[in-house]
Amino acid sequence: MADGGSKALQPKAKAEVTIPAEQMTPGLVFTPAVDIFETEKEITLVADMPGVKAGDLNIDLRENILSLSGDVKSPEKSDEVDVLREYRTGKYSRQFTLSQVIDQSKIDASMKDGVLRLRLPKIEAAMPRKIAVKAK
Amino acid sequence: MLWRRTTGWPAWAWASPFDELDRMRRQMDILTETFSTGLPGEPIAGVFPLVNVTEDKENYYVRAELPGIKADELDISVTGDTLSLTGERRLPAEEEKAQYHRREREAGSFSRIITLPSQIDAAKANASCTDGILTIVLPRSEQAKPKQITVKTS
Repeated sequence: MADGGSKALQPKAKAEVTIPAEQMTPGLVFTPAVDIFETEKEITLVADMPGVKAGDLNIDLRENILSLSGDVKSPEKSDEVDVLREYRTGKYSRQFTLSQVIDQSKIDASMKDGVLRLRLPKIEAAMPRKIAVKAK
Repeated sequence: MLWRRTTGWPAWAWASPFDELDRMRRQMDILTETFSTGLPGEPIAGVFPLVNVTEDKENYYVRAELPGIKADELDISVTGDTLSLTGERRLPAEEEKAQYHRREREAGSFSRIITLPSQIDAAKANASCTDGILTIVLPRSEQAKPKQITVKTS
């Protein structure tokens, strides 16, 4: 919500992935919170993936399935001992099925402060075109 | 599944058998909570942001996941043994014409006070934000540091 600045944030436990495919790698996998919005020209996806570096992020678009996954390296040193643990850490993974045809060559992704911003431009043919009717 | 959840966290390092007992006790706590609430180790009520606190001989480390928050939007202060963390998460306004399919990310203000197990040297505390994870390093005060005592041999 862009406007509701004064609302107090409530803590939310991270949602663990509920199986699009069985996980073979050890560790926990979470679904990142996302915003998806669409304009005439493009679809934008914004995802919260704290702890993921740009290099550890995988974005894959195959057929109509967009998959995001990000690896998180533990920031803790090995000699640190737990005092309090309220959130869990693990990988992020999520898949979307896109309804529009995306121009694969123009996809643009940026990662900043743990927030991924993915721009998926629609292919020319999928853009709405206004047809002017000439009156005689 | 449960076993993986309770033990799959980064390996604990223990220095003495008591640390190991302590760790077991904590895991038992998580288990009891799991049976009574059905959620392993999840907070039932709490204050944003959720934090993980760890310690070593010199420092306490307080970590919180705050994606998209810049360091200057945070207000961190330390007195004695308490750490206070306030700030606001703003999401930039998008184009007006944009039609939302999903809106899961939230904005809002937050404020949290954490009491640590011992006194902190406030002058040497420092905080950093990388990839959306805030790390606050709080050095223990000189009195609170464990001291090595060497036995003299005459």
